[in-house]
Amino acid sequence: MKYFYLIFSSLKRKKIRTGLTILSIMVAFVLFGYLTAIRQAFDAGVEVAGADRLIVRHKVSIIQLLPQSYEAKIERIEGVDNAAHQTWFGGIYQEPKNFFAQIPMEPEELFDMFPEYVISDEHKAAWLETRSGVVVGRGLVERFGWKLGDRIPVNATIWGKKDGGRSWEFDLVGIYEGAEKGTDTSQFFFRYDFFDETRANGTGLVGWYTVRVTNPDKAAEVAAAIDAEFANSSKETKSEPEGAFIQGFVNQMGNIGFIIMSIMTAVFFTILLVAGNTMAYTVRERTNELAVLKAIGFTDRGVLALVLGESLALTFVGGVIGLGLAWLLVSMGDPTNGSFPVFYIPNRDIVLGLGLIVTMAFVAGILPALQAQKLQIADALRR
Amino acid sequence: MFNWLSQIFAVIQFSMRSLPQRKGSSLAALVGIAGVVAVMVGVLSIAQGVLKTMESSSSDDNAIVLRSGAETEMMSGLMGDDTRIIAEAPGIARDENGVLASPELFVIINLPMRSTGTDANVPLRGVRAPAMVVRDRFRMVEGRMFEWGLNEAVVGVGARGQFAGLEIGSKIEVGQENWPVVGVFEADGGLSESEIWVDAAVLQSAYRRGNSYQAVYVKLDSRDAFDEFKDALTSDPRLNVKPMLESEYYASQSTTIYNMITGLGTLIAIIMGLGAVFGALNTMYTAVSARTREIATLRALGFSSGPVVISVVSESLLLAVAGGLLGAGLAWLAFDGFQAATLSWSSFSAITFSFDVNAKLLAQGIFFALVIGLVGGLFPAIRAARQPIAQALREL
Repeated sequence: MKYFYLIFSSLKRKKIRTGLTILSIMVAFVLFGYLTAIRQAFDAGVEVAGADRLIVRHKVSIIQLLPQSYEAKIERIEGVDNAAHQTWFGGIYQEPKNFFAQIPMEPEELFDMFPEYVISDEHKAAWLETRSGVVVGRGLVERFGWKLGDRIPVNATIWGKKDGGRSWEFDLVGIYEGAEKGTDTSQFFFRYDFFDETRANGTGLVGWYTVRVTNPDKAAEVAAAIDAEFANSSKETKSEPEGAFIQGFVNQMGNIGFIIMSIMTAVFFTILLVAGNTMAYTVRERTNELAVLKAIGFTDRGVLALVLGESLALTFVGGVIGLGLAWLLVSMGDPTNGSFPVFYIPNRDIVLGLGLIVTMAFVAGILPALQAQKLQIADALRR
Repeated sequence: MFNWLSQIFAVIQFSMRSLPQRKGSSLAALVGIAGVVAVMVGVLSIAQGVLKTMESSSSDDNAIVLRSGAETEMMSGLMGDDTRIIAEAPGIARDENGVLASPELFVIINLPMRSTGTDANVPLRGVRAPAMVVRDRFRMVEGRMFEWGLNEAVVGVGARGQFAGLEIGSKIEVGQENWPVVGVFEADGGLSESEIWVDAAVLQSAYRRGNSYQAVYVKLDSRDAFDEFKDALTSDPRLNVKPMLESEYYASQSTTIYNMITGLGTLIAIIMGLGAVFGALNTMYTAVSARTREIATLRALGFSSGPVVISVVSESLLLAVAGGLLGAGLAWLAFDGFQAATLSWSSFSAITFSFDVNAKLLAQGIFFALVIGLVGGLFPAIRAARQPIAQALREL
């Protein structure tokens, strides 16, 4: 207890300095929290990808279409449990900056293939009844303030309609939730039968397939078998695990992880200097007092603990407030105004943050603490 | 007045001379500010790089024609007849070989990225002869141009740098055939450098596109001819197209990514800048409190508080400028010209670009450092000047 009191009173003696140091540490942890959320926005898709799912696309590139008839052929291959096709619609809602993915799918297939999209039976039934119906993720619904029953016009950029028009109208009949924190709830699914009948060209062609395998350990063999099935046809395929497919996209956007790591390193290095410098000052200023403490019976180790404790108290207060603020900032919404599929600080990064607090306290405090430990009473008192 | 100035000079000299005594905390503040400036300039140079690529892609007197409703080439589609009608429109420049209108085909193929080995969507463009004249910055730098009618390809320097398998002599898989790469071209850093170019006619047959294209690029007689050109196309009942100036087209392609990076970069810089202000305040408060007696002595000798304030602020500004220069210099060394690739969501294809640390960014960084220095020095300075002399002299 006496240590707590001593630490507390030494932090109190230079209130401005203590306050400023805490604030600069806080800033470091606000950034830490915020940047981990940004990284998570890019990585979440890879993490939640189904281990038992493969993506099958045209070998040359994803923009080349595959026949819908491949579905039955894929499902006949040994080790395949189910296959479902999706297509990139690429429409624009009001203006190009409102970007989100619109995907036509077969309703029965959607929720079977992606159990992480959770929907009530009523909404599902409504979708099966409404040909122009659309099921939208909670995140996207909130982004645009839509509600059930809304009619949502989307301007087609790729898929013109048979009647020559380009404006597709969808009825919002269902909202799905994410089963996990990292589930993408920014998607917009409409019915494939409606899509196929309405589009002017490309009838019977789809974008890519998601395939569920019965045994995830054999996923690589199944992928090879699927590609072999269509080898030497006019539309060859490339199959890969869903995680690898998404990772490929993330990699194409650039080395986000590296950029964020570099920024964090610069930030922590800077703040470490500030905090370490403050600690060095407090010890230098109080040489006398520390010597008195030793003279009245505090051990060398006790003094070491005292200085380290002070450093820990500073970083802990700053760090925890910083993480808290970051959490608040992040829950206020993402900086791109809804383009990120998910935006949150993952639990493991909060744990990592707490670990960083302790590490930083130690690194910033250890040199001054060792100095204090080594003080010779007689010398120090004379200074 | 002269007296006042000489007072300032004396006090500044005084504080500069005592700087070495406070090297630890001064250095911490300096490095802190350098870190902030380096990160800010570094992140914003990504956005500047993308912007520069887009800007050097367009010529003032060039226009692009897409199907109406299409935002990008990828989504557009034009029949061969449409492209002929477009080429007859008024306002298009000519050379000895005819009209400078280039109908083009735009698809993507998968190639592994050098950095990660994972696939990227690399743009593959089919062009006709006028393309090289319309894009006046196009020039071959290695190998030779492909032969018209043959299955050969030339690649941009950016694409060759970022994606594997694009050296001269290697083969790329297009449709069911393998086409050799025979040359490398540059385009002043423009977007074309991310692309692979082939003869449009052979690409049409490889992709079974019949006689269809996606866009027509034209060189106009002048920038002023655009209105006439646009009116002629939009009023033609046979066509359903959207003509745009190249500069407008590329600007619309890059706004999203530019705003996103700039927004994020600014946010990060502001948060980090706050941290640096706290660091600088700490340093200057410490400096002032270490010199409490000194400053009080000066004031007892008759120095007024103005010069004291100015000396503290100028010390802080000096640290900030040094930190700003250091940070900006580091960012310039580390990031300028750094080659990278990203995915353009609008065209679903890769764009290669290089980070651009330009004079404007460097100035911005140093200005930001000065603001940090000013804020960090002002409050401690006022405090130093306000302290009652008698009490301050008694301190310590």
